[in-house]
Order: sequence, then C-alpha cells, then structure tokens
Amino acid sequence: MKSYEEINAKIESKKAVVLTAEEIIGYVEKKGLEAAAREVDVVTTATFGPMCSSGCFLNFGHSRPRIRMTQAWIDDVEAYCGIAAVDVYLGATQLRRNDPANLSYPGEFRFGGGHVIERLVRGEKLELHAQSYGTDEYPLRELRTTFDIGDLNQAIMVNPRNCYQNYNVATNCSDRALHTYLGLLKPNMQNLTYCSAGQLSPLLNDPLYQTIGVGTGVWLAGAHGHVYAEGTQHAPTCERGANDVPTEGAGTLALTADMKQMTGKFVRGVSLVGYGVSLALGVGIPIPILSEAILRRTTVRDRDILAPVIDYSSDYPNRTGRVLARISYEQLKRGEARVQGKTVEVGSLSSYPAALEIAHLLADEIRRGQFLLSRPLAPLPRTQSMKPLQIRKKK
Amino acid sequence: MTVTRKLMLSFPKSETEKPIVTHLVRDYGLEVNIFRARVTPEEHGYLVLDVTGSEEDIDRGVQFVRGLRVEVNEASVGVSWDSARCTHCGNCLPHCPTHALRISDAATRVVCFDASDCVECLACLENCPFGACSSLF
Repeated sequence: MKSYEEINAKIESKKAVVLTAEEIIGYVEKKGLEAAAREVDVVTTATFGPMCSSGCFLNFGHSRPRIRMTQAWIDDVEAYCGIAAVDVYLGATQLRRNDPANLSYPGEFRFGGGHVIERLVRGEKLELHAQSYGTDEYPLRELRTTFDIGDLNQAIMVNPRNCYQNYNVATNCSDRALHTYLGLLKPNMQNLTYCSAGQLSPLLNDPLYQTIGVGTGVWLAGAHGHVYAEGTQHAPTCERGANDVPTEGAGTLALTADMKQMTGKFVRGVSLVGYGVSLALGVGIPIPILSEAILRRTTVRDRDILAPVIDYSSDYPNRTGRVLARISYEQLKRGEARVQGKTVEVGSLSSYPAALEIAHLLADEIRRGQFLLSRPLAPLPRTQSMKPLQIRKKK
Repeated sequence: MTVTRKLMLSFPKSETEKPIVTHLVRDYGLEVNIFRARVTPEEHGYLVLDVTGSEEDIDRGVQFVRGLRVEVNEASVGVSWDSARCTHCGNCLPHCPTHALRISDAATRVVCFDASDCVECLACLENCPFGACSSLF
C-alpha cells in the first residue's frame, strides 16, 4: 500500500516508476501482482477521439468604447453570449453561419466550432464579429476585429462530457447508407465503427472510480487540467463483466484546462459528412498504484473489454435497447469481426496511436517530476443511472 | 514481359479530339484500366489510368500521347494523404476498397497510405473526419 504523498515525493525526486496502461500488462505478467504493486508508482492511461460535448469560455477584454456582446461570431461560427459583457462560450458542434447543414443531404460540414477551437490553440489569427443592442454604459453596438489566443484574457476549455468509459459499436442493418456521428455506415451491416482506446482508456483502467474523481489532475491536450465534476450522462449503474469492466457506456468525466497551454496536435476539428462538426481531443490520466487491487484493474486487456454492437438504422434512433452482439476490442482491432454469423469490416474513430503517444508523454512528464498526482476532492457517483427524456403531452 | 504503369494525362483546354484510349488499345496493344476521367470541351481535363503491356509498347504509347500535346505524368498521384493531418483513427479503413490505406503495424495501429494501390475512388476524402486525404483534381 502506497499513499498519494509517498508517490508524489517519489515524483518530485524524479524516482517514480511510471508505466503506460499498455506496458503494465506484460510487466505484471512477468513480475507478478505483488512485486509489481511494490515497484510501480503510476500507470498512465489515455484516449484520443471526438468529444462532442466540448467547448471553451473566452474573455476578450473590453473595447473602447465598451460593448456588451449579445451575439458574436468567431470566424463566422456563433459563440454564446448570454453571460457577462465580453465573455462567450464557443461550442464544438456549432455550425458556421449559413452552413446549409443537411439541406443538400448529406451535408459536408467542413468547418465549425471544433475547427475554430483548433485554430485558436494553434495560435492562428481569427475574426471576431460582435453585435449588441447598446446600453448607457456599453454604448458600442457592433464590432469587428482580429485576435489570437494571446490577445485573450482567458481561454478555458470546459468539456461537460469526456472519456466515455466504454462506447457503442455502430452498424447499419437497413438497406440504405447512414451518415452518423460514428461515420458512414454502409447498408446491410457491411461495416462497424468503434470509438474507444480500449485497454489504454482511462475509466476502463479504473472501472470503479477508485482513483479518478472530482479534482483529479489530468493531461488535456498538453495542458494540466482537472476533473471538475462527473461528466454528463455519467451512469455507473450498468452491466459489468469480469473485473467490473462496463460492457456499455457507463461513466464519464467533465474536464477543464487552460487552452493557452494546449498543443494543436491534440485539439482537432472534426467533420462528419451528414452529421456535423465536432472536436477530437487527447486526454491522459495518471492512475496512482495505491494497492494491488488498483494495479490489477490497470492490467485490463482489449480481449477482456466487451462493447455492444448497436443498429444505428433503428435501434439507436428509437432507443429500443436492443444489442446485436457484444464483441471485444481485441476482435475489433483485427479489422474484421463476426456479428450474427457475418464477417464485417471494422473502422474506428478513436486513435490508438495518438492515445499511446499521450500515455508516453504523460509518463515522461511524471518521470521528470513535472506532473504531480492529486487526491480526488470527492468521488464520482457510483449508484446513479441515466434518465431518458419523457415527451409529455400538454394537458 | 508485361508491366502495368499508372499514367496521369492532363489535357490543355480544347485539345485533341482523337480517341486516345482507342489508339492506346488498338495501335499499341495496351490493356487500359481507367480510374478517373474528366474530358469536357473548352475546359482542362484529366485521365487517370493503368496501362498494361510491354515496356516498349507503353513507351511508344506515351510518346504518341505526348505528341498530341497532352501532358503525361507518371510520378504524381491523384489522391494524396497528409501524414501530418492524419490522426490514425482508422475511420477510413473499411471504406478503402484496395487497402491502399491500411494499418502498417498491428501493435501500434499506425495508418499508412500506399499510393500504388490507390484506385482513386475518393471514398477516403468523404470519410476522413480530419481532411487528411485530398484529390489533385
């Protein structure tokens, strides 16, 4: 048994033993759980994929004369202004002004909120257009200017839902192609799309949230941020298999970090034909090896993690709950999987190479003494499930 | 010995009314497989094709086409993949019919692109969420 304080003392003296969630599998197999738990201080987990519930709060500072922005667009993408005078919230899935969306189906969705966020992090010059109704103390009614992230007082990323513990594998049983947030699904179950880093994914390595909680320090696209709350739709009461690993969506995290510290490589605008725009993000989370039980859960392998195959032509839109099959990430990563007696090609929207790179970057930072672990301020809820939205008739 | 070479022909505006493909087949004994073509009067056009035959016949066919003031490029590819934009997510994999886009190493899952296997169907352009694939035309 180790404590957070002991692990942090080792990190500060640059003596911490840190392995990635991929490396730890073979390490424990070789050394045994007991010896490995004594030796290893931290296991790094990571994921990189589209996280639609992403956005950022920006503060522009005050112009002369002042404006209380009521509508604002950054590179023609609208940011929400229903907060203080020069604060805005830019969301990842916001479309560009005049984007025809799916009027000409399927829409291309080449540029939107996620792309603006990527440009911002890359330090590019952006255009701001703001309007206002004008008040006595904020008389300016319209403003156009250019800016980059360095001109802003704050650029704080706030993602209400990141790091889904597990995720659906999408397929299409109908006879026409579907354009979804999990990509193009060809008719008659010709392909599957999954979206998880599997054995590297943060919450699959800490399935019961024993170390990851509110206040946990995270690596968000290169910046040091933290978990600020349970993620939206956090649903820990779910089906779980061996080792308590969920076999469906389950837990989520709400993350925040300073965008001025981020790296453009891990903040990427996403265009999904026929669906819309989003933002792909890289997240790394360290797991302190406080006990053998915690270590054992970090040795989870792709073959032990099952994901539900869902038909996105009917079962997903109509929320029937039907699961066609459950298959492991090991099978999915072979590029072909058997579903209902049929061999189906597999694609992914989650990048394993990017996740692996992040797990190594975070491990290096910890070894160099630059990233300390934080004890959660509060645990993530363990008992709630996800409520549906009831459509009620007005009486 | 027969070989297959990929050719990219670029037509200047309103050039040649000769049926180039017919000549390549009939006069030079080449087998032709067209990937992409756009030949519109009064506009720049292109033709991307594989030709199969003896080296000598292909060379003679290329000479013939060049003689019509049509540019023949064997080095360039119609579809390119930007490794800096690619995040290696793997969304393209089931959509690439020839596996020109594929996983180079099962352990790291890094995606690579082999232009020589590409038939320029352009499915990757539509299916890459990050705009890593682009077409010359």
